[in-house]
Amino acid sequence: MVAFTLHWSRFKHDHRAAWMAFIALGIVLAALPFLVDAGLGRAWVRVLNFTLLYVMLALGLNIVVGFAGLLDLGYIAFYAVGAYVYALLSSPHFGLHLPFWVTLPLGALVAAFFGVLLGAPTLRLRGDYLAIVTLGFGEIIRIFLNNLNAPVNITNGPQGVNLIDPLRFGEFSLNQTQTLLGMTFTGGTLLYYVFLAFTLLIIFVCMRLQDSRIGRAWIAIREDEVAASAMGINTRNIKLLAFAMGASFAGLSGGLFAGFQGFVSPESFNLLESIMILCMIVLGGMGNLPGVILGAVLLTVLPEALRYIGELERVLFGRVVVEPSDLRMLIFGLALVAMMIVRPEGLLPSKQRAREFKADDGVLDQERASVYDK
Amino acid sequence: MDSAGDRKAVGARFIAPAPLRMDIFLQQLINGLVLGSVYALVALGYTMVYGILELINFAHGEITMIGAMVSLAVISALVGTGVDMPGVLIALTGVLTAVPVCMALGYGIERVAYRPLRHAPRLAPLITAIGVSIVLQNGAMLIWGRQYIPFPPILPTGAHDIGGATISDVQIFIVMLSMSLMAALMLLVQKTKLGRAMRATAQSPQVASLMGVNVNNVISATFMLGSALAAVAGVMVSAYYGLAHYYMGFLLGLKAFSAAVLGGIGNLAGAMLGGLLLGVIESLGAGYIGDLTGGFLGSHYQDVFAFFVLILVLVFRPSGLLGERVVDRA
Repeated sequence: MVAFTLHWSRFKHDHRAAWMAFIALGIVLAALPFLVDAGLGRAWVRVLNFTLLYVMLALGLNIVVGFAGLLDLGYIAFYAVGAYVYALLSSPHFGLHLPFWVTLPLGALVAAFFGVLLGAPTLRLRGDYLAIVTLGFGEIIRIFLNNLNAPVNITNGPQGVNLIDPLRFGEFSLNQTQTLLGMTFTGGTLLYYVFLAFTLLIIFVCMRLQDSRIGRAWIAIREDEVAASAMGINTRNIKLLAFAMGASFAGLSGGLFAGFQGFVSPESFNLLESIMILCMIVLGGMGNLPGVILGAVLLTVLPEALRYIGELERVLFGRVVVEPSDLRMLIFGLALVAMMIVRPEGLLPSKQRAREFKADDGVLDQERASVYDK
Repeated sequence: MDSAGDRKAVGARFIAPAPLRMDIFLQQLINGLVLGSVYALVALGYTMVYGILELINFAHGEITMIGAMVSLAVISALVGTGVDMPGVLIALTGVLTAVPVCMALGYGIERVAYRPLRHAPRLAPLITAIGVSIVLQNGAMLIWGRQYIPFPPILPTGAHDIGGATISDVQIFIVMLSMSLMAALMLLVQKTKLGRAMRATAQSPQVASLMGVNVNNVISATFMLGSALAAVAGVMVSAYYGLAHYYMGFLLGLKAFSAAVLGGIGNLAGAMLGGLLLGVIESLGAGYIGDLTGGFLGSHYQDVFAFFVLILVLVFRPSGLLGERVVDRA
């Protein structure tokens, strides 16, 4: 990790090295689905796609929590909104089959609207109170999705929406194996490139936002809202913008999820998912883009990798003692606790946060200007 | 002819806007109060920890679940051996085993997952709390399995009639026990040395430690007290619904936390009031939401109702009902 940061600072001065690294990264990312398919099997291409979806979600939540400092525990609701917009507008459920270039932006837009809807009444709330209200909001959205099948069937209730159209250009579906320029691409691989493109777009937007006037306003609000408004920042609009922006990323990601999965149900959007995404950004290093991406990748891949515990048990004890599916989440929980105790600032913290951690040795909580002060 | 007229009358009653029936209202109120007193017990654990550490102990709901599971295991074992003991005594044995187990668990969780992070930013202990609750949930699933565990029918099944509504012995027992536990807790916090140390630590850990209070011991004691209450609440819930499940702590904890926030987190009386209110709101809301929305929304929106009221209260009174007004500290 240290090596990574060191190299990073060198790139800033050495443009040739930076370009070389950039090209190498590009080649690795382009070849990744083929390598994964050959090395680990088809199922892992799926994991790879989910990883990209979670990277998008984590980056979106990072705007709300990491930049603007607004603790949001109902973030998955916006993912759900995006997914349902896509699902309802391109599936046999209503008989509508709009193309994805309509439904995806629409999903992002509707999600952004819901973001403002959540943000507007909660502008005065901070810290844990905001957390509990956002949590309640997330649950409300899920319960409505679960129950809006009567008396008028809108969401099809707990059964969810089925047979959702895949992402496709005319007759060219991205969910099937296709041959392009003499190369065979499986459905998962094709989708990987689409997801990758969107992920890179979101990373680019985040990078540009971070140092922009808006990004600095977010960070100012996170550090001290009163001082920020004294400096002439319109805290109301800037906070609403953070909610809308974060929600729109989740909405986009949700639409992609619906097209990828072909099926959505309220079950996929429970509180644990919101918490998972929060864990990703805290574990990776809140407010720092490489950290957030790393956290998302780790927390998506780790539970999948833990499926191999069965093999390990066979090697160790000669048979499967405990079902790996039962043990998986237990180990995941322990890992979460252990990682947080060893490195509470996250794996790749931003410079500012790392400094804050060094500064407050031995100072008691109440005296310290916490990021999440009341 | 006669029966046809009856059927017509029955039909008419469903179509006409239902007048407020006193017995049904009373029944909803009783159910709400019983549920609410359980919420209040769990909410006390959240609010005590928050008052001292400003930490949302997300694992608290799971401690309730462990309390229910342990006591059920003991009760089932006792019933299985066919000991000739009155049902209430068996249940009491279950409770008395669950309480120390949960206290030890609460102590252990604080030592391992929260104490090392006491000076870290607030999100770090939140994540370990989530990690701990995942561990507890899945640990319980490994030990007791995924199925619902029934509560053996050992408790008295008597019921009483109050103005057309029924209240069962178990319900009376739940309300009485939780009220006396809450009274005992209030006495402890207001009158004893430990209670004074707890209040002092909640105000300012530094000054309390300068006055000779062992802050670490006080925090451990707080966790153990909260866990003991949670264990009792867990047994109550499983006795009331007649079953326990490894996932039961999640929603219960969520609602109890909402209750604590509703009353004003960090405030003991607030937690009790919030718990009772949330129980009543939920019960009445679920009972009448169909009439209020002309049949559009049904009783399965019970949870929405609870959260919706919570959001309204927080928006208009962000510090909760009994909480002190928090001044923005810059």
